Amino acid sequence: MRALIRDTYDTVHEFVRTFGAFQLFFLRLLRHSPRIVMRRPGLVVTQIYNSGALSLVIIMVCGFFVGGVLGLQGYSNLARFNAEDSVGAVVALALLKELGPVITALLFAGRAGTALSSEIGLMKATDQLSAMEMMAVNPVRRILVPRFLGGVVAMPFLVAIFTCIGLFGAHIVSVDLLGVDVGAFWQQMQASVDINDVREGVIKSFVFGVVVSLLAVWEGYNAIPTAEGVGRATTRTVVISAIAVLILDFMITAVML
Amino acid sequence: MQQTRSVEIGTGLFVLLGMSALFFLTTQTTGGEKFSAVETYEVEAHFENIGSLKSRAPVAMSGITIGRVTSVSFDPLTLDAKVMLVIDSQYDQIPDDSDASILTSGLLGSQYIGLQAGGSETYLEDGSEIYFTQSAIVLENLIGKFLVNAGSGGD
Repeated sequence: MRALIRDTYDTVHEFVRTFGAFQLFFLRLLRHSPRIVMRRPGLVVTQIYNSGALSLVIIMVCGFFVGGVLGLQGYSNLARFNAEDSVGAVVALALLKELGPVITALLFAGRAGTALSSEIGLMKATDQLSAMEMMAVNPVRRILVPRFLGGVVAMPFLVAIFTCIGLFGAHIVSVDLLGVDVGAFWQQMQASVDINDVREGVIKSFVFGVVVSLLAVWEGYNAIPTAEGVGRATTRTVVISAIAVLILDFMITAVML
Repeated sequence: MQQTRSVEIGTGLFVLLGMSALFFLTTQTTGGEKFSAVETYEVEAHFENIGSLKSRAPVAMSGITIGRVTSVSFDPLTLDAKVMLVIDSQYDQIPDDSDASILTSGLLGSQYIGLQAGGSETYLEDGSEIYFTQSAIVLENLIGKFLVNAGSGGD
């Protein structure tokens, strides 16, 4: 009984400690950010390329099919009420407010987040980070901050591209294949989408970008410096990112409604 | 060197693509923001019942949006709903005996104010009031009336 209480206490204690360390780590990254942006913008640009431009293919392909399936489902279900003209509004609201940010964040965690954690974890395992410290180069500033900032900048753009391609996919499926009137498709969309819906999506994409990049960098930096440890850190990045994104999505939606 | 160049080009293309996507989303998918006049004048109207009219709802004349509802409030003196509208200054020759009614766009669409021109020689200007108004049609009242009529007709 006593051992049980002791274990629970240790677990809670460890969790709170990790959570606090995570917050401090975030503040540390933020504190170093302005200097990196001013002095070494090239490092950030390279990371925007790695996290953003290289994720474009998966984002565009997935966006197209997510939009297409929304068009298909929206059409077949709305057709029961003779409301298939509203498919444009349904698809646009779903993509802008929920599916765009959330699916992009999950894909981003899988494509760019894992790359970041395994890269940083491997640097740690092969003592590259210690070597930098030895040369009086701050690895947090030189390695972690550009990767974090690159992810933060790339996410909103990826979400916007995902949503556009999704609308394009829905347009092809519902207008070109299923025969919804093209005017009704866009008119219904424009009548029901408000600028606030777009803003909600942008805010979500920004928050998710910060969270996923931060988690990826954190997991890589705190990986156990062995092959197994790096693998585990990569897995944790995806798992924790997915959970965090979905919980935050609920919270942001609840606040913004 | 060659590699940094291609990274820079790739990043530039990516950011441009993202920005144009954002631009597309803000301009093409949203609507209802059609009215953006710089110079406007404000007019007041009282309605017995405004239904579900909200601020920012359009004010239309012959189907063209010429203004917007700025506020909807309850007037404790006259005991009815006070609606403030702004109208584009470009349309400054609307007769002051024009008629304002609350209409619904489509079967289940949002409500807007429709103006019907009167015949007066004087025009609406900043601070004037529209006296002839027609309330929104509330579905429950309509059904209630129908039931009463059907009941009395059956006798």
